[in-house]
Amino acid sequence: MTVTVFVPGDSGARAVGADDVAAAIAAQASARGSDVAIVRNGSRGMYWLEPFVEVETAGGRVAYGPVAVSDVAGLLDAGLLDGEPHPLGHGLVSRIDWLERQQRVTFARVGVVDPASPDSFEAHGGMVGLRAALAMSPIDVVAAVTESGLRGRGGAGFPTGIKWKTVADARSSVKFICCNADEGDSGTFADRMLMEGDPFTLIEGMTIAAYAVGATEGFVYVRSEYPDAVVSMRRAIAAARERGWLGADILGSGLRFDLDVRVGAGAYICGEETAMLDSLEGKRGMVRPKPPLPALSGLFGRPTVINNVLSLATVPMVLAQGSQAYHALGVGRSRGTQVFQLAGNIARGGIVETAFGLTLAELIEDFGGGTRSGRPLRAVQVGGPLGAYLPADGLALHLDYEELAADGAMLGHGGVVVFDDTVDMGQQARFAMEFCAEESCGKCTPCRVGAVRGVEVIDRILLGPPEERAEQVALLEDLCELMTDGSLCAMGGLTPNPVRSVLRHFPQDLGLTPVQAGGAR
Amino acid sequence: MSTEWSVEAGARVIADHAGGRGPLLPVLHALQHEFGYVDAAALPLVAKALNVSRADVHGVVTFYSDLRSSPPGARTVAVCRGEACQAVGGHALADHAQDRLGVRFGETTADGSTTLDQVFCLGLCALSPAVTVDGRAHGRVDAAAFDQLVAVAPSESSAGRGVGA
Repeated sequence: MTVTVFVPGDSGARAVGADDVAAAIAAQASARGSDVAIVRNGSRGMYWLEPFVEVETAGGRVAYGPVAVSDVAGLLDAGLLDGEPHPLGHGLVSRIDWLERQQRVTFARVGVVDPASPDSFEAHGGMVGLRAALAMSPIDVVAAVTESGLRGRGGAGFPTGIKWKTVADARSSVKFICCNADEGDSGTFADRMLMEGDPFTLIEGMTIAAYAVGATEGFVYVRSEYPDAVVSMRRAIAAARERGWLGADILGSGLRFDLDVRVGAGAYICGEETAMLDSLEGKRGMVRPKPPLPALSGLFGRPTVINNVLSLATVPMVLAQGSQAYHALGVGRSRGTQVFQLAGNIARGGIVETAFGLTLAELIEDFGGGTRSGRPLRAVQVGGPLGAYLPADGLALHLDYEELAADGAMLGHGGVVVFDDTVDMGQQARFAMEFCAEESCGKCTPCRVGAVRGVEVIDRILLGPPEERAEQVALLEDLCELMTDGSLCAMGGLTPNPVRSVLRHFPQDLGLTPVQAGGAR
Repeated sequence: MSTEWSVEAGARVIADHAGGRGPLLPVLHALQHEFGYVDAAALPLVAKALNVSRADVHGVVTFYSDLRSSPPGARTVAVCRGEACQAVGGHALADHAQDRLGVRFGETTADGSTTLDQVFCLGLCALSPAVTVDGRAHGRVDAAAFDQLVAVAPSESSAGRGVGA
């Protein structure tokens, strides 16, 4: 009998040797006369256990990890293929506490299915959402998404259904669905994992969006730093076309929609939606002023839905299970689940998907197990390079859009980067400006010039005469205010966030007393 | 191994990728995939094929950090400089990489064997610090692991290859 062994093909797992482990299991099992089928699934998101090997048994999938090539012979001796115990064993995957405590909705199939197989996708509930949508009128699909409370997971948190309604109401012979998969924020990797681990769900979500708003063409704009995600999406799109899940007559419903993958070229700013549109059109990725809204005049001037990977990949779940089921999760105006990404100096880093309402402390301590180095935690950056640094005593915050915003922080794309007490927060403040100077598209002066001046001012604070610091801090405050108020997009507008948070929470790292750091907020 | 640039070969690549909406970036990716960089002589060909100005093409080539205007070394090593990597020794690794190879980010070693680049996030943030060698990612890279990665001779098969268009 053939035994199915899962070894993740996720690029994170591959970065720590999963390819070699998969090859070793295949070769050594075959040498022992065992018949194994290796499936390269996505990652379960427990990166400290990668390469994380699972074996299909009568009782369910049994897990081992982290598995090195040198462990394979011993694992096979111990009865890996029968799910027998081993020091690297974790028992049934479904009973692993770290996963049991999560509520996986968007990530329900990631790590479970074979991302290369449409059959595997369908066997695990794939296409149920699209079939449900096609049984409804387009306007009811828009209403269902609105009622679910789903908000944009890219960072801005705009209600997805409202955006769709604007595009649905726009009159045009051509409309587009653009998936923003330019996941450039450091500390985030959920889009990558979803595209690598469950690409058909994204295709299904985009197709539902197309039906809802009357679009016929779509693009997935994937950053070039994610070559495995590009391969996974292209393979899935080709398979979907063969199945009639994309093309001129989707599922025999008469719906026409097709998709193309476009690859970025190393520009962070192209994660900003209007810069992404320019890039898709074959231009420099320059930010456009709004209005006009992309929903009315987007790609090639046509009405365009632009959603993040996670937003679109959640839509099939909303349609399959009903908008009320999704809305029942979460708190306040943050409905449903959030896919948090635990990163940086963290003992147990990876994906934690739960209903909104978790505190930072629960996420970092209960799930993350504290710092990887074992040293005291000093700072946490939430929401990517444009997010604020929070101090160790600020972890009681609840991770939802409103509570973070009230504290001058933001959820962003759900990335949480942990730093221990060796971090130099003065350097982190400087890096925020340096990064903005490097990645600014250059269209507006507050961002293009302000970021360069920001680096210079911070250098003078860090290296200049102490008696001039107060003056330089006033200058930095002034610059931050100008960038916040005067920049065209979030790049220049939010770069002051991490800088001001360092002034507020870590003034000593800039050589300042709390009084000198004064008005900073 | 990348193909040697020639106007004829370049024109073929351009023709193969000039269809579809907004084809400029796919065409430039294809050129770089084929030749390892975008030769200056390709710019007027692209401009003509896509009916845009040379200035437009030049503007795009110089805007995107992935697109090279000169051939890279036999091997490209990229070190992630994102915050998640900084949190576990990324600053030190960035310094070490430049010292070890004797070049700054964006430069190629004198023997032409290695181009060193910086990259802002590879999405391997729970396995930091991360490094790629010819596009192949490696996680949890410290100074010793970095030295091992670059001690191996550059693989000829994958030199300068990107993800393709």
